Amino acid sequence: MSTLGTITRRGLLLGSAAIAGGVAFGYYRYHQPLPNPLPLALSEGGLGGASVAQSYALTPYLVINQEGFTIITPRTDMGQGIQTTLAALVAEELDVDWADVQVAHGPPSATYYTDISASAAPPYDDSLFANTMRNVMGVAGRFMGLQVTGGSASARDGFIKMRLAGAAARQALIEAAAQRWGLPAQSLTTRAGSVEHAASGRRLSYQELASDAAKLEITSEPVLKPRSEWRYVGKTMPRKDMRSKCTGEAIYAIDVRLPDMLYATVVSNPQRAAMQSYDASKAKAMRGVKAIVPLAQGVAVVADNTWRAFQAAKSIAFEWQDAAYPVSTEVMFEVMRGELRTLKPDAVHRDVGDASSVLAQAQNVLKVEYQAPHLAHAALEPIAAVGHYAKGDLHIWTANQIPTQAKKLVAEAAGLDAGKVHLHVTAVGGSFGRRTELDYVLQIATIAKALPERPVKLTWSREEDMQQDFYRPSALAHMQGVMGEDGRPQVIQMDIISQSTSRSWGQRVGIPVPGPDRVLAEGAGDAPYSVPHHHLRAFATSLAVPSGFWRAVGASYNGFFHECFLDELAHAGRRDPMDMRLAMTESQFPQAHAVLKKLRATSRWDQAMPKNKARGLAMTLSFGSYVAQVVEVEQTDAGIRVSKVYCVADVGLALDPGNIEAQLQSGIIFGLTAAMMGEITFSNGRVQQSNFHDYPALRMAQSPAIEVGILEGGGGVQGIGEPGVPPAKAALANAIFALTGKRIRAYPLQKHVKFA
Amino acid sequence: MQLSVNQQTHTFDVEPDMPLLWVLRDELGITGPKFGCGIAQCGACTVHIDGQPVRSCVLPVGSVQGEVTTIDGLGQADRLHIVQQVWIEQQVAQCGYCQPGQIMTAVALLSQNPAPTDADIDASMTNLCRCGTYPRIRAAVHQAAQKIREVQA
Repeated sequence: MSTLGTITRRGLLLGSAAIAGGVAFGYYRYHQPLPNPLPLALSEGGLGGASVAQSYALTPYLVINQEGFTIITPRTDMGQGIQTTLAALVAEELDVDWADVQVAHGPPSATYYTDISASAAPPYDDSLFANTMRNVMGVAGRFMGLQVTGGSASARDGFIKMRLAGAAARQALIEAAAQRWGLPAQSLTTRAGSVEHAASGRRLSYQELASDAAKLEITSEPVLKPRSEWRYVGKTMPRKDMRSKCTGEAIYAIDVRLPDMLYATVVSNPQRAAMQSYDASKAKAMRGVKAIVPLAQGVAVVADNTWRAFQAAKSIAFEWQDAAYPVSTEVMFEVMRGELRTLKPDAVHRDVGDASSVLAQAQNVLKVEYQAPHLAHAALEPIAAVGHYAKGDLHIWTANQIPTQAKKLVAEAAGLDAGKVHLHVTAVGGSFGRRTELDYVLQIATIAKALPERPVKLTWSREEDMQQDFYRPSALAHMQGVMGEDGRPQVIQMDIISQSTSRSWGQRVGIPVPGPDRVLAEGAGDAPYSVPHHHLRAFATSLAVPSGFWRAVGASYNGFFHECFLDELAHAGRRDPMDMRLAMTESQFPQAHAVLKKLRATSRWDQAMPKNKARGLAMTLSFGSYVAQVVEVEQTDAGIRVSKVYCVADVGLALDPGNIEAQLQSGIIFGLTAAMMGEITFSNGRVQQSNFHDYPALRMAQSPAIEVGILEGGGGVQGIGEPGVPPAKAALANAIFALTGKRIRAYPLQKHVKFA
Repeated sequence: MQLSVNQQTHTFDVEPDMPLLWVLRDELGITGPKFGCGIAQCGACTVHIDGQPVRSCVLPVGSVQGEVTTIDGLGQADRLHIVQQVWIEQQVAQCGYCQPGQIMTAVALLSQNPAPTDADIDASMTNLCRCGTYPRIRAAVHQAAQKIREVQA
């Protein structure tokens, strides 16, 4: 115990100092220092891999002990590789061998807030247009003080913060060695986890110095390495989670095991309203069933085995309250169509020239409607969580992207002090935005509290996961455009209507989202094109379908609308879509222009295709990254085959090229899946799809070869988890038009063409 | 009931129609095989019975005859299976949730077909991956095939 006490005191000392130092670097928002949460976490039993004995928390991002260096990477890794990238930033400045580094998510803490305002505020580039928009929109600070993984913001958020954490710790270790040896700090260097004095050949490991370093205050601002000296940043790093994910050892929420644990599942109202009554008499008599726990919108069945809980859940009879939204998908689209005429816009996102006057006088106006369906997240790990309410403390193991807010809401709902709620973020079997929600975290809190002292694992059936999702909202766009005589669109007018995901989500998770919702226009309002008369309005429908963040959110439908419409204009003007886009980006959008030029070369755009093949092009700016793609399709006897995708992305600064490639490939396959086959429909207020047989996803046989090119056009680190998604959908639809002459303005495309 | 899993004999008392997956996960504590869909659609639950890949989420435990191998028993800590080694080298996994099933499917494919073509891979590797790691899975299967042939040569 005395060791723990020592750790706590020392850890706090340097933890506070490092954080206070952070104030000087301008990455810290409030005036009082934030606490270092690590000593408490260590005292409560460690941080994943870090053992407690002889552990020193140097800054809130680093624990040093005899086994090596545990870097706290306080973002949820849902597969996007962020924990490896963030750890590399710390390891780079700390100067340690990659093999000695372990990563841990760490405890939820305001210390790990995301400075998303600087990165995810309206448009991401530095054009005059973008800067004006930032001021007008005023949505900065939406996520103020929140620890959040989302908006493809983690690398942007961590780029300076994590390097400073490594540099501050290194500086303290050097200072400790300088004091030990009575030498000036400037005469010392570091190498692979040691401080060295070259002149005398003296050397001390970081482990040997950690306890002294923990007593020091860092008084000067650490100096970050120049790019020319980077060893890890900018390189493809072996992922820290790779081995455990290939051996079955990775522990996802669904794999957490505690002694004497029970297994639960839930059934909630498929119309997403209250439960009126239920009859669980059959379930209670079934083998292994231990308890039925009523929830606000359904019940939990607790048994001694998950399968028994599933079986028992099927035997319960319910009376449900009706949905608060229209009964069918058709009616929902009719509502949105009507509201596009009657509602005031949520915001005008682009207002260049005088589109309405020009349109009123123009002939040959292309006027079309596009629509996009609801989509499920369908992460492969169904929703799962483990809860244990013991001796007044509530422990929850689960995957969540807003852990501080989860803790807060659980404490409120369970009537506990926040200090009595302990949230452990596990490995995550995919999310795509689903785990920004708190529904299941609140469920496990209720279930665990109903069964004091007994650990309970909650596992949703796939059917529950599919039907209790917060869907990517459906959307509708009315587009009007005119081609100019110079072969460029002279006018584009776009009215978009969809649900405000930000407000819908904000209401559920207790975070006020003031002002217009920029998500409604993402991927179109910021389209990197010069159009002389460009008018774009977004409308927020009154529909109240449970809807939430989904990989690329607004850009996932707007990219489709905008880029397919550009393709239509190009064809109407008998213009090559690549030539047209190059002309539209040349003067004001150099990064977009460079991306297109490179893609023209890598995709061999100017080479003629055989008659049974065709290609389509699209480009989207989202989450700061410019991504353009060419999709090649082929007519085969079995149907249309997506044979190849070429992708070029300007990511600003490429932190980990191998991971960026993986994320772009991932986004492309995710986008193609949605475009080809993704659709959630409602009938009688219920979602009709239930599992992967009726909500399918691309498999190996349908997956194209993908070639990725990365550009670094400057402007800092940009997002990469999401930007691969939007162009894939539009480029595929445009390729299908080129192949078949069929212009499809509503996806999924498989409703209109047959895929091989 | 008795079952040999990863060369260890286990005794348990369950209904014979309980799927093998839930016996492995909840009764025996072997969590490498994952629950993804419960209807043999996604393949995250793939294990081997006498070397043959099966989707354990729909297989009644009462019908299981033979040695069950899961990802947990595929290799040893200091000597992983070649397919696992290649998966790590090629940095295949993203969220990783489907990968135990993908790896078990790939091992079974390569044991029957030491030089699979792309079409063979398409036909056998039908497991879902929502992260879209298919390009790297394909490359890894080809590379593992080559390594296995080298070892056997």
